[in-house]
Amino acid sequence: MTPERRRAYWRANLRLVAACLLAWFVGSYGLGIVFVEELNRIRLGGFKLGFWFAQQGSIYLFVLLIFFYAWRMNRLDRQYGAHED
Amino acid sequence: MELKALTYLIVGASFALYIAIAFWSRARSTGDFYIAGKTVSPVANGMATAADWMSAASFISMAGLIAFLGYDASVYLMGWTGGYVLLALFLAPYLRKFGRFTVPEFIGERYYSKAARIVAVVCLIFISFTYVAGQMRGVGIVFSRFLEVDVTVGLVVGMGVVLIYAVLGGMKGITYTQVAQYCVLIFAYTVPAVFIAIQVTGNPVPQLAFGGDIAGSDVSLLAKLDETVTALGFGSYTAGTKSTIDVFCITLALMVGTAGLPHVIVRFFTVPKVRDARTSAGYALLFIAILYTTAPAVGAMARYNLMNTIQPGEIGAPHGNLLAEERPNWMRRWEATGLVAFEDRNDDGRIQYYNDQNASFAEVAARYGWEGNELTVDQDIMVLANPEIADLPNWVIALVAAGGIAAALSTAAGLLLVISAAASHDLIKGIFLPGISEKGELRAGRIAAVFAILIAGYLGFDPPGWVAQVVAFAFGLAAASLFPAILLGIFSKRVNKQGAIAGMLVGLLFTYGYIEWFKGLFLKWAGAPWGENVPAEWLFGISPEGIGVVGMLLNFAVATGISYVTAPPPQGIQALVDRIRVPRAIEEH
Repeated sequence: MTPERRRAYWRANLRLVAACLLAWFVGSYGLGIVFVEELNRIRLGGFKLGFWFAQQGSIYLFVLLIFFYAWRMNRLDRQYGAHED
Repeated sequence: MELKALTYLIVGASFALYIAIAFWSRARSTGDFYIAGKTVSPVANGMATAADWMSAASFISMAGLIAFLGYDASVYLMGWTGGYVLLALFLAPYLRKFGRFTVPEFIGERYYSKAARIVAVVCLIFISFTYVAGQMRGVGIVFSRFLEVDVTVGLVVGMGVVLIYAVLGGMKGITYTQVAQYCVLIFAYTVPAVFIAIQVTGNPVPQLAFGGDIAGSDVSLLAKLDETVTALGFGSYTAGTKSTIDVFCITLALMVGTAGLPHVIVRFFTVPKVRDARTSAGYALLFIAILYTTAPAVGAMARYNLMNTIQPGEIGAPHGNLLAEERPNWMRRWEATGLVAFEDRNDDGRIQYYNDQNASFAEVAARYGWEGNELTVDQDIMVLANPEIADLPNWVIALVAAGGIAAALSTAAGLLLVISAAASHDLIKGIFLPGISEKGELRAGRIAAVFAILIAGYLGFDPPGWVAQVVAFAFGLAAASLFPAILLGIFSKRVNKQGAIAGMLVGLLFTYGYIEWFKGLFLKWAGAPWGENVPAEWLFGISPEGIGVVGMLLNFAVATGISYVTAPPPQGIQALVDRIRVPRAIEEH
């Protein structure tokens, strides 16, 4: 790997990290904490939506986010020839 | 079979299993002892991490905590899961690429400084001992409740079991034992939850039952719960009482703290490849989420069951409350342990359970002829008594005992291992006796593990006051000291030794000082706490539980500020950062 290619790989990684971090923040702090009262006016089955995000939805989102990041990163590794073996 | 005999049998069988696994996977090298020889599959590591992470408190206390706090407990649910996203995004893959044995080792090498390594060891030891004391106490309590033995006896038996498999197997033994412990604890947690979900709503999936309608009606569980608790003077279940900034900061401090806990980080050193570290974080959180999404459902259903049992009729009606004579068996049984207590204050032979601390409800209560709340319920009862409330067979009760013990032992073992690794690898091999042979270091590791267990046992037997502050202290410290130092070490090439050390010290001292000021930790003899622990006194309205966030920000600011006015790290260190950022081995130019 040339130093230029390594820098490009790192920048692509940082973009992906930033996107995931934004989703992580909005899903928990945004929907579960800051806007919880507004969202609580909406119903999801027997749940108030804000409450559901705080006690269920945010956790599901976290799991999906990690698998998404791992999948995209592994693809990025191969694209840039940065993968192991 | 009688419950007690059955419990002994199932708990005994689980112990035999753990020890057998330890014999089968005993450590033969320091690599085995510290990081299981980097041979653990991502799924197995995910299970081991989940067991490592979920403590006696998660298993026994969390559902009850949620039952009584309602929305306010969301800080724990989000805070103790969201940190895994930070781990996967910022730490785990890079530390795995670094490929050594301990967290202080990374900090020492990245900041080319033994002083930095020692600061990291001090943080690690404080965090881990605070945490492990609570676990040992948890082992003792679970034993005493289910097996009706003294807390001390339970503690000693627990120490003995951990001693055998941690000393013998090291990380390798602990890993595979934790996999077994995860299976035991998750089965023990979900089986009663499913039965209770069926009972309350008719839906067997607790996560769906949580949002479902109460069986035989078209009122949702949460709406009914909100209606009942507010009619009895409690706060609404689905609404919070804390300020938004405090909820925000506590959640963030718990998340960042989770990502900075050494016994969690080190689990990701044990997988074969960088990409395994990434997926393994996903599996770990998936396995954790099974319990963490079930717990709030159990909490809500248990609170509903409790309210419904005590208040079968209309609130305020003369015959609306449960006759004390007719109270169910599980209540009588747990009264013996002091976890449930009943006192008939108004001598009407019935049990009243309401919020007598609510001044605006006092008038209503007086009109009903109530003279104070008559029932006190420990939060732990919500999980411990669940199988009896749901009329489940004795083997399920025995299984819950084995699950609680598994949760406490697995976390204790993980913590003891990072403590002994810090002693033998960072202090003895890294600083005092660099020439020690591998065999000598392995022996030192085992001896350190024995000492760590003895100290942990002592702390569990006679917990000093600061152990009760474990949440604020361990998480605040990890968030304010280790997490920023590791993160900057990977994502910045410019942060140097002076910056990192100053940052860790400022974060550590600020967070410690704030918690000492408002809650009192080590300086109780000198009159701590000095500040009144109320929102009006707090800095920016942030409670001691959330102050780690400010400590973390200070750490980031000080570390980068000082680094930019001092010399950049040497070339070799910048090359090291380049290497850990890329999974493939970089050929030297």
